[in-house]
Amino acid sequence: MHPNRRTTLTGSIALLALLASACTGTGGSSEGADAEAPDDPSEVKGSITVLTHRTDLVQDGTMKKYAAAFNRTHPGVKVEFDALTDYEGEVKIRMNTENYGDVLMIPAVIEKKDYPRFFASLGTREERAAKYRFTDYSTVDGKVYGQSPIGTVPGFVYNKRVWREAGVTDWPTTPEEFLRDLKAVKSKTDAVPYYTNFKDMWPLTSWTNVNGSVGCDPEATSGLAEGDPWAEGSDLRVADTLLYDIVRGGLAEKDPTTTNWEASKPKLAKGEIATMWLGSWAVVQMRDAAKQAGTDPADIGFMPFPAQKDGVFCAVTSPDYQQAVNVNSDHKEAARAWIDWFTDESGYAAADLALSPLKDAPLPDILEPYEEAGVRLLDLDDSKGAEVKSIDNHSEVGIFKPDYRQEIVDLARGARKGNLDDFLAGLGKRWNEARGSLGS
Amino acid sequence: MTDTTGTAARPARRLTPWLFLLAPLALLLTFTYAPIANMIAYSFTDWDGVSPQLDFTGAGNYTELLTRSELFEVFFVSGYYLVASVAQIALALYFATVLSFDVRFRNFFKGVLFFPYLINGVAIGFVFLYFFQDGGTLDSVLGLLGVRTDHAWLGTPFSANTSLAGVSVWRHLGLNFVLFLGAIQSVPGELYEAAELDGASRWQQFRYIIAPGIRPILSLSVILAVSGSLSVFEIPYIMTGGATGTETFVIQTVKLAFQFNKTGLASAAAVVLLLIVLVVTWVQRRIVPDEKVDLV
Repeated sequence: MHPNRRTTLTGSIALLALLASACTGTGGSSEGADAEAPDDPSEVKGSITVLTHRTDLVQDGTMKKYAAAFNRTHPGVKVEFDALTDYEGEVKIRMNTENYGDVLMIPAVIEKKDYPRFFASLGTREERAAKYRFTDYSTVDGKVYGQSPIGTVPGFVYNKRVWREAGVTDWPTTPEEFLRDLKAVKSKTDAVPYYTNFKDMWPLTSWTNVNGSVGCDPEATSGLAEGDPWAEGSDLRVADTLLYDIVRGGLAEKDPTTTNWEASKPKLAKGEIATMWLGSWAVVQMRDAAKQAGTDPADIGFMPFPAQKDGVFCAVTSPDYQQAVNVNSDHKEAARAWIDWFTDESGYAAADLALSPLKDAPLPDILEPYEEAGVRLLDLDDSKGAEVKSIDNHSEVGIFKPDYRQEIVDLARGARKGNLDDFLAGLGKRWNEARGSLGS
Repeated sequence: MTDTTGTAARPARRLTPWLFLLAPLALLLTFTYAPIANMIAYSFTDWDGVSPQLDFTGAGNYTELLTRSELFEVFFVSGYYLVASVAQIALALYFATVLSFDVRFRNFFKGVLFFPYLINGVAIGFVFLYFFQDGGTLDSVLGLLGVRTDHAWLGTPFSANTSLAGVSVWRHLGLNFVLFLGAIQSVPGELYEAAELDGASRWQQFRYIIAPGIRPILSLSVILAVSGSLSVFEIPYIMTGGATGTETFVIQTVKLAFQFNKTGLASAAAVVLLLIVLVVTWVQRRIVPDEKVDLV
């Protein structure tokens, strides 16, 4: 095994550790390598390990089926999967060595500027952007380092039957109308109008995906990097205010502190919960829950954020984990072949009812109502994505983290002192200070 | 002592204890001191936890920590646990004293009291989440007793912290109890007999024999309780994730390190916590010095 810094540190005292830690990490040796697509798929050889967060698909054998299908066109490549339950945590630690699989999902923790140290390039932005969505999200200096195999669209997952019973059939077009509809659900049905998933935390983070939908602006991410995200009328302010008003108006579950994500799925399917803000990815899970609960999967509906620009709904698209090739891999061609095949031909996106990463692919059927209603799908420009992330970390605001939204819910239900305006102003102030000190 | 093995064997003999110590010392160094050394080293850098690049920032992290007073506000939460641990020690002492006398089913009760300590903290967190949820175990039990509350137990900072501290007492009571019981039972039996012959009551036996006899263990328990309340983690992290005003210093540190990728700053916070615990312990030892116990 490669002697890494752990062994050099063993038994050392503080001073030695200080010296040794100055040379943390092993990157650099093969930095900047490219993972070229093979000319002839049948000729590629090698055995590759794919690190994945989809433990469910590895356990039920679905990934094996993908590998078998891949082997029909690439007989020389042996694909193995390493499914990690705590994907982020484990991969982060493994990336301190060179052994982090041949293909992996880029962990959120890795900073964009470090991509060339860890991953092999898949090509230039120009050539990839013509064919694929989400290329911006992993572009560093014109080169692309990862590709998400699916895309999702944020939105409210709702129970159509419950909403019908409440007398609402049209999607609300403003936050006020949305609140009125939730009130109708509350007064006319037994369902909990809105479920926050407060305890499980991560569902709250999807509220950040509203950004872009309100103002219908593909440059919304750059907007975060350049201004106060909670300025009057800004997308995040509209989103956070809606969340606040929902809870404030008693339209959310009674005790948010003991919510349960797994239990919320059958509840929505059975109509005990009317609405949750999640994303298109959740629809499949809710439909499965409906099948298990013996209710009609067709009752699970999906609607965009209640805001229109010039009479049109907008919904941003966002990538899932992006697959990348380990820069230290000995089988970069085989790894690249897997990524290309998995993105273009595997049918993974279709199986998940997700948005295909291919620009010319048709929309999945769960987004058909979007097509009928003329909802505009918006691919955000992510060229400032890295700046937003570093401002976010530096300010400790955490717009991609659940904490500040938990605080909004607490504010709204009176478990925390203060008012929303001051709270959002405080966030904006920290955000601006962090941006100032990072000098951007 | 007479030496029968001869002088040649002596160096080897001196070596023997060290050979026995080799394994535990190696483990201790590898898994306790090396990581601590590493952590101290990281606390002087701006490492983000994964990047190969890392810069030495001197005392920068420490200055940042000490100038951001809001980072220390979370210590108020420790107050709940401190109050709880007073109750915990009192309860443990009571049960240990009672069960040190000859009572019916005493081994059964010992088992009942010690059992929670054997359960994994994470499992306890999950169990109590169901316990406190709306219409959960606690509400059902109260309902059986005719009390109908509509209280969200984890709903407000006061209620949530009190509930969590209660779980903490439930969990750690067993350890204090066993420590006290061991100390009480190490008091020679003749003393109790003599006291009984002299007509001392149970309270007098406790006051003049048990209490002085277990003083060192009592002061150890207090030290553990204080340092424990300063570094509470598992139970609130699993049950609330630090929401609704239940964030403790360690949860905050974990969030700095793993949410905001400030591994350097988080390491510094961990070092500061270590120093605080050391100082508190030292002050406590100065106020209540460890006197030698002499009962006879």
